[in-house]
Amino acid sequence: MKRMLILGAGTAGTMMANKLRKALDRDDWDITIVDQYRTHYYQPGFLFIPFGIYDKNDVTKAKADFFPGGVNVIFSKIDRIVGEENKVFLEGGKVLLYDYLIIATGTQTRPEETPGLTDKLWYREIFDFYTLEGAVALQKFFKKWEGGKLVMCISELPYKCPVAPIEFVCLADAFFTEKGIRDKVDITYVTPLAGAFTKPIATKMLSDLLQEKNIKVVPDFYLESVDNDKKVIKSYDEKEIPFDVLTIVPVNLGDDMIGRSGLGDDMNFVPTNKYTLQSNQFENIFVIGDAANLPTSKAGSVAHFAGEILFENIMSAIEGRPLKAEFDGHANCYIETGFGKGALIDFNYETEPLPGTFPLPGIGPFGLLKNTKINHYGKIMFRWIYWHILLKGKELPIEPHMTMAGKKTQIN
Amino acid sequence: MAEKIIAGKTIEVNEEGYFKDASQWTSEMADEMAKEFNLELTEVHFKVLDFLRQRQKAGEALTIRSVGKSGITDIKGFYQLFPGAPLKISSKLSGIPKPTSCI
Repeated sequence: MKRMLILGAGTAGTMMANKLRKALDRDDWDITIVDQYRTHYYQPGFLFIPFGIYDKNDVTKAKADFFPGGVNVIFSKIDRIVGEENKVFLEGGKVLLYDYLIIATGTQTRPEETPGLTDKLWYREIFDFYTLEGAVALQKFFKKWEGGKLVMCISELPYKCPVAPIEFVCLADAFFTEKGIRDKVDITYVTPLAGAFTKPIATKMLSDLLQEKNIKVVPDFYLESVDNDKKVIKSYDEKEIPFDVLTIVPVNLGDDMIGRSGLGDDMNFVPTNKYTLQSNQFENIFVIGDAANLPTSKAGSVAHFAGEILFENIMSAIEGRPLKAEFDGHANCYIETGFGKGALIDFNYETEPLPGTFPLPGIGPFGLLKNTKINHYGKIMFRWIYWHILLKGKELPIEPHMTMAGKKTQIN
Repeated sequence: MAEKIIAGKTIEVNEEGYFKDASQWTSEMADEMAKEFNLELTEVHFKVLDFLRQRQKAGEALTIRSVGKSGITDIKGFYQLFPGAPLKISSKLSGIPKPTSCI
């Protein structure tokens, strides 16, 4: 009996368990998946909780509902991977052996990495919306808040779902407008990047959008600490920005277990071949999703597209064929912009987000880098697609590789 | 593609002035480019530039945090060495392509 071991039962790990169980003969292959938590979160939904659009129940289901039959499920913390011996030690000393290992342990927010962030104002006037607890606490706060300075700050790169903070300030603009107190709320978007986004064309579109909504952008601000008494955030080059409520994207790090296993870079992300998704250190270890150090977005859409490539390459590896499938870094992100509208970006390692239509060239229905109602519906429908198609490892009618068809390289 | 004459040599650069080919770089070029930023490069500056060149050659991601953990300087020190935008300025001076943010 051969052993396929998957560490992490989030979006990427669950998807791989489903794909591989269908493909691998049950008489020959044992598949095991390990995770410390029993609840699966629909993480794109966290963004909507502060504004009362979603509640806790809209974003949580039991992980067990999404595993296929014939997969061994172990709920346990992982102590470490010993790649030289093809072994994984669980907390408490239990040992799992593997022929192939898939690391899908994701990324975690680490507010404690920033001095002062988790001090006395944490979950009182300082919130994250990358955890259910943070998003729910912020919903309660916003219900009573009567206005002041709202600062959205990104601590460090990379972070999960790069467009989420932009969506957050757009939704905040709409929320306070509808509440009738927008004139009393001052919204500032603070980023370590040189602009609202990394790539020029998307940055222009998003900067214009934020300006239109009267949201200030402070670029090149690299957060050092938070002063709870003065209620200011401070950068390493001693700039200060005052806040009444601070919403934060905390530092993101890979799982500590990756560090203990000697498999991570200095942020505990696993150095991974960006085309084959094989670990740089061990031939029989593959990495998918946020856990990898790939130079693309940490996002569910990336995990989904990478999943198709990883599936092909694992099947090749098992059958002793060369790893021919190459991931292109494809990411596809809906951007909620408030008032029932949304934008969409589609890009990869080489091609920046461009305007056009998606997925059908010239037709759409979705408009790339355009602020439309149909894009918003795309995002709303996605929750259903996520639970029913994506996690189950079923095919979506979108190619894993990005296509230039439908994209415009010249801007009019 | 743009070209720039730095320390008497013609260098291929991108539209923002970053080197296309890191092997064309010499330390004299760093000294000359530093003047544009009103910087006088010291031994510590060059240690940072070397660190960035090695990491870039190894195909690793370059971040302000990684320089802060390099043992050469901490993040605050990095800002003092290259004020304003330390990673952008130091990678330009070290003759490596512009670091891509993972977004």
